[in-house]
Amino acid sequence: MRHLLDIADLGRADLEGLLDDADGFVEVLARPIPKVPALRGKTVTTAFFEASTRTRLSFERAAKALSADTMTFAPGTSSLSKGESLKDTVLTLQAMGSDLLVMRHQAVGAARRAAEWLSIPVVNGGDGAHQHPTQALLDALTVRRRFGSLEGLEIAIVGDIRYSRVARSDLLAFSSLGAHVTLVAPRTLLPVTTEDWPVTVSPSLDEVLPTVDVVYLLRVQTERGGASVFPSLAEYTSRFGMTRERRARLKPGAVVMHPGPMNRGVEIADEVADDPDSLVLEQVSLGVAVRMAVLFRLLGGEADV
Amino acid sequence: MSDILLAAGIVMTSAGAMPADLRLGEGGIIAVGPDLDRVGAEVVDCSGCWVGPGLVDPHVHLREPGQEWKEDIESGSRAAAAGGFTAVVAMPNTDPPIDSGHLARFVADRGRLVGLVDVFPAGCVTAGRAGQRLAHLDELWAAGVRVFTDDGDSVADAGLLRRAMEYLVDLGGVVSQHAEDRGLAGAGQLHEGEVSARLGLAGIPGAAEEVVVARDLAVTRLTGGRYHVQHVSTAGTVALVGAAKEAGLAVTAEVAPHHLAFDHRAVLSTDPAFKMYPPLRRPEDVEALRQALADGTIDMVGTDHAPHAAHEKDVPFEDAPRGVIGLETAVGVVLETVGLGSVDLFTRMALAPARMAGLADRGRWLAVGEPATITVIDPAVSWVAERFHSRSANSPWRGRALRGRARHALLRGRFTLRDGEVQW
Amino acid sequence: MKALLDAADMARAVRRIAHEILERNRGAGDLVLVGIHTRGIPLARRLAAALAEAEAPVPVGELDIALYRDDLDRRPVTRVGATRVPVPIDDRVVVLVDDVLYTGRSVRAALDCLADLGRPRRVELAVLVDRGHRELPIRADYVGKNLPTSTLERVSVRLAEVDGEDGVWVGVEQ
Repeated sequence: MRHLLDIADLGRADLEGLLDDADGFVEVLARPIPKVPALRGKTVTTAFFEASTRTRLSFERAAKALSADTMTFAPGTSSLSKGESLKDTVLTLQAMGSDLLVMRHQAVGAARRAAEWLSIPVVNGGDGAHQHPTQALLDALTVRRRFGSLEGLEIAIVGDIRYSRVARSDLLAFSSLGAHVTLVAPRTLLPVTTEDWPVTVSPSLDEVLPTVDVVYLLRVQTERGGASVFPSLAEYTSRFGMTRERRARLKPGAVVMHPGPMNRGVEIADEVADDPDSLVLEQVSLGVAVRMAVLFRLLGGEADV
Repeated sequence: MSDILLAAGIVMTSAGAMPADLRLGEGGIIAVGPDLDRVGAEVVDCSGCWVGPGLVDPHVHLREPGQEWKEDIESGSRAAAAGGFTAVVAMPNTDPPIDSGHLARFVADRGRLVGLVDVFPAGCVTAGRAGQRLAHLDELWAAGVRVFTDDGDSVADAGLLRRAMEYLVDLGGVVSQHAEDRGLAGAGQLHEGEVSARLGLAGIPGAAEEVVVARDLAVTRLTGGRYHVQHVSTAGTVALVGAAKEAGLAVTAEVAPHHLAFDHRAVLSTDPAFKMYPPLRRPEDVEALRQALADGTIDMVGTDHAPHAAHEKDVPFEDAPRGVIGLETAVGVVLETVGLGSVDLFTRMALAPARMAGLADRGRWLAVGEPATITVIDPAVSWVAERFHSRSANSPWRGRALRGRARHALLRGRFTLRDGEVQW
Repeated sequence: MKALLDAADMARAVRRIAHEILERNRGAGDLVLVGIHTRGIPLARRLAAALAEAEAPVPVGELDIALYRDDLDRRPVTRVGATRVPVPIDDRVVVLVDDVLYTGRSVRAALDCLADLGRPRRVELAVLVDRGHRELPIRADYVGKNLPTSTLERVSVRLAEVDGEDGVWVGVEQ
């Protein structure tokens, strides 16, 4: 593994290997001194060309727990505003001594382009509505630690599939690891076609509720002007929101997940978000372990897996 | 100056393709036939090659005036000559756009000065390509413009299109349409389908092209004008064009080599070399386009040669400008993807575009008395496109092996390409 | 390859080390055995069994030192193994267990790892084979067998739990 750009680039064994390593890092993070010297002397650079704090912080925490140094590139205050090209920007970050670049960019395929330009490993921290591979890994790890395995699980991904890199990444990871994925969304929030996707599609959350093990709620991207793709937030909530009533109709042991940040009262009710059985915060914690596994694999692990 | 004898090729005549020599002298072609007298002639071996009328590209972007860092008329002419072309129709979406006589004359004059190919400027349909009011059509006509287009954009207003067509009926000009409905195309980046869904990018449905063509064909029927569809990309457009021809409308259509060679799955790589409008479509569209070029529903090949500098394409897919270069690879790509015979190849790449664009002294088979504007194609040679004469190298065929290439080209008796070398 | 210890020799060595540990620590009271991944772990379990037989059960932990190695650039890691220590090691006596003591770098890594897990009262080191050629100031407290070797030789410890058989062999590096 030279880069982490797209879940589709990974086979089942690669996915399981990364999750196994991440289990090891969960233990490291639980130690009195939650830090190992594995990447001492390495520099991990984060360049988030699209605003995001959570993912960037999670990567930086992961890098530091591996004793790597971190550099943060802030596009808002940089020469990008002076018209520097993306290529020159990432080449500059590499020339400053970065050993690995974590990159988020609004353009699909941006991380892959950077990987072509650079000689250091590149981790895709999200490219447009395309991929967010570490989110998929942390979600798969969360499910695996809860259920032991994803084999045979029924997982519903609910909401804005069309514009969601989380959905595009997660459904590949979940199904590659043996789960069956159902996409639940109104037609306007589904991609133009899902014909060649390993999924089932349903327009009704209420129909799938009693049979699923995991309900994965996507964030309603209110900032995208949801009004044009569904009539109103209230109507969205009435059909696709995870209310307390719907939570009660899940089968015993079923869990609710969300990549955050949550729109409480829209796709998820307060009572569901704060339920002790909700995995939302565990997802966040496991995100650090998964990102440690990725950084360690790319910087300390075997060169060609 | 001694005569030139193109020896032992397969010569394209009105009676078909026949093994023959061709003797060129003062005043053009002076003899056609087997085993011609070689005395006093410079003999150029053409064995194994097809000898036909000079190739014409009805659709290129030479970028001059205004974007000379991408291409200019000199570098574009070299690229055309290298590809075996002897004439090109230059699209008017330059900066400023070619919407008046003096601008058209500038382009044609620059082409004459370079002297490698005839550069025929196309003119805008609307002033400034703004789609608001008609350009100076008479003035453009007087400057030699025969093809009118707002290429890069559709003429969106059907009323304006009607007026342009009606006006051009009297003159005999043709409206050449870049068919793309702005509303349906939206912010699309590639064909709307499995690949756009997988990548999470906005797509352009085939309908974006088809609604414009369908509407324009109705306007063509209404006006009795001449209509040319640029870069057909879908099976649906092929069907519309076929039906219009059957109904007797004066319609022609072109297809670009990249639409014959690749389908939208190539975009999964998010390599900007595969970004063009109209976008690469489904495999079944590619199949329909190949079939239509073979059977003549699509009349001609237009490369839509669209140079962009390396730094402009060396960006993420979404940020890249649209278009690829095509002049230097067209012959090989068309031969490989459609497998046309010699007569069909010269029909689609020389005669039909010359007739559509109303080019004087072109559009006919080789015969005594015709001008010595000739392209000699070696259909079997294998080669790799690595370096380009074009100022830009945004080609999806870069580094790929191709089979078939122009070996010689002459423009009115003068070699512009000889043994694969541009005579410059 | 030459066999230097057979299964019976190994069993004897483990029993002897167990007795030395009890002797030096005056019983098994505060002891924790911690095996170093891979073959240190089954060895630690065998030592624990011998201690249980002789006196009392002792907790056994395992360390994966991959994250503490100083040669990651030269020798990449395939998988991160588990690190598990069942009891807090603060103020206890930790006996690190490994199969072969050679350059001392693995032990250095293990000591760093232990320091991140807690603050033991004392750390001791038990190895089945000490083959010399130390590159760091480290020595073992308990040694099954001292084996003077050349750096060109390869010492191979095989354990039934991992390799299907018991024994120690020495051969020439290929």
